[in-house]
Amino acid sequence: MASKLTQSNRAGWLFAAPGVALMTLFIILPFFLAFAFSLTNQRLASPNPTEYVGFENYSDLLGLAIFTLEPERDEGGEVLRDDDGEIEYPRLRNFTRNNPDYPNLQGKREWFSWQSGENRTVILASDVVFMKALINTFTFVLFVAPIQAGFALCLALLINQKLRGINIFRTVFFMPVVVSIVVVSLLWQFIYSPGDGLLNNVLSGLTFGLWEPRDWLGNTATALPSIMAMSIWQGVGFHMVIWLSGLQTISPTLYEAAEIEGSNKWQTFRYVTWPGLRNTAVLILIVITMQAFALFAQIDVMTSGGPLDSTQVLVFQAVERGYGKQDISGGSTISVILFVIVLIISLIQRYLTRER
Amino acid sequence: MASVTPDNRGLRLATRYAVLILVAIIFVFPLLFMVMSSLKPSAQLLLDTKSLRAFLPVGDLSFDNYTAAFDRAPIGVFVFNSVLVTGLTVVLTLFVCSLAGFAFVFLEWTGKTIIFSILLATLIIPYETIFIPLLLMASQLPWIGAGGFEIGWLNTYRVQIIPFIADALTIFLFVQYFKDLPRELIEASRVEGASWWTIYRRVVMPLSGPVIATAAILKFLFMYNQYLWPLMVVQEEAIRPVMVGLGYFTDQLNVPWGEVMAYLTIITVPVLAFYLSLQRVFIASVASTGVKG
Repeated sequence: MASKLTQSNRAGWLFAAPGVALMTLFIILPFFLAFAFSLTNQRLASPNPTEYVGFENYSDLLGLAIFTLEPERDEGGEVLRDDDGEIEYPRLRNFTRNNPDYPNLQGKREWFSWQSGENRTVILASDVVFMKALINTFTFVLFVAPIQAGFALCLALLINQKLRGINIFRTVFFMPVVVSIVVVSLLWQFIYSPGDGLLNNVLSGLTFGLWEPRDWLGNTATALPSIMAMSIWQGVGFHMVIWLSGLQTISPTLYEAAEIEGSNKWQTFRYVTWPGLRNTAVLILIVITMQAFALFAQIDVMTSGGPLDSTQVLVFQAVERGYGKQDISGGSTISVILFVIVLIISLIQRYLTRER
Repeated sequence: MASVTPDNRGLRLATRYAVLILVAIIFVFPLLFMVMSSLKPSAQLLLDTKSLRAFLPVGDLSFDNYTAAFDRAPIGVFVFNSVLVTGLTVVLTLFVCSLAGFAFVFLEWTGKTIIFSILLATLIIPYETIFIPLLLMASQLPWIGAGGFEIGWLNTYRVQIIPFIADALTIFLFVQYFKDLPRELIEASRVEGASWWTIYRRVVMPLSGPVIATAAILKFLFMYNQYLWPLMVVQEEAIRPVMVGLGYFTDQLNVPWGEVMAYLTIITVPVLAFYLSLQRVFIASVASTGVKG
């Protein structure tokens, strides 16, 4: 029952109004505008009126086609081969440029392809760079979320020991969290320098000179993993602290009981600690996933999406369009796609880890 | 049952500390490297990365990188801007969000439950997904200022401050905290005829030290470290914050790493010092974001 004393419509609205108004204007409204703009050709500043374009922005980004190239044959039906013995195929652009027989391939470019017998199957995308950004972002999240959550749990277990001076270590492990990701990115860009960079030198020292120096950020194979490692280094302390507060809610009597039962360390973790951390685990996974999908500063500072688009990610693409090219509708479309992905993944995580 | 000899225990203790120290090195050394490098001339800086000297204050130490950095960019202006924007936002956030929290916990009003659920639902919206439409809004919002009526918020302080005053997490933190305050206290003041404003100001806020500290620290970290938003909405040097100011050093053909390290040290060490002096409160703040599950 609502107390008479607290019944106060006028005061209630008055007190809540500033916060509610600001959040409506600066969070809820732009959120819905993103959906609205994604269906138009809205630009940041344009003399032409904005027009409704339906789902054109989405198909420009997500459009895919599969196409099988058949080898060129001579009159006798023999497959033509070039001087190196490779099968010759008709040029893809004959189909993707103004070919009335293949309207679905119009304007698309090759994303990747594979050989199947004599034929060559090609996957074409309307926006190959966006597809790479999508894959890279998923790769980043799929690696960073479990690894960072796992490391954070290990650190939390380390810190949860009763040892003299343990608070000093807790303070130290958390330290990178308060440092801006922009600062961290620039610092690590220097540490990752090719040749005589600090990391190359440290690895060379640890292996007594056997280490071959690498260009960490300049190589398509190592650029994204390098950024992952750095991101984990920066963020792991944050989630360590959340794990730690979860650990401290587990009743000590449970541990005492486990000890009396003679359970070993692993059993104690498996049957006492881990079940007690269930809710914390859900929260941490959702938080890390959301943070990882929002990856931007590291890319902008360290690689600008390169080399060869190997570190392109969704937010970077959204900014490049919405801000760089002033294409608000394109940027909004990527934002909506990003939001839908984040929403679906947190719903899945909640479902998989639900109480049974 | 295996007997634990003193030696055995000593060894186990040593192993534990060894692991802790090893991990600590991984977290500290890059930051140590940053500070030490900022004191060394560029040539020595690169040479020192070949040995442990990279982490030690040895060789030709000076503040030359710092003076050079100040010559290259108006660092004082950037720091002032960041402090102003961060400080103002934190103060306004505390005020606006605590008022809202008060309304959600202590007052009964039509629409309260539904509005609270809507606000809470916005926790799932990452800022990065609303920045693009917000950019367009910022370019077209009206404002009445000293110069009269104007259109457009780009290149202002207000565009860096006002959108970030109210957020779901801060309101939620206040709501959680207020719920645990003794209700009798508020009802007693009400019986005595105190206005809601007086109760907010004289009864509730003086009891809210811990949540104010938590909210302030989280907002401080978020605002001071903002990068993407000011990158898009601030082009003028006079109102640029520190994180965007880094461009002065990185947009060079040959990045002056000594100066970069000096600049990074300038904008990081005050925050680290602040953190180290209040580490318990900082860590408790982050831990409290974990209760929302």
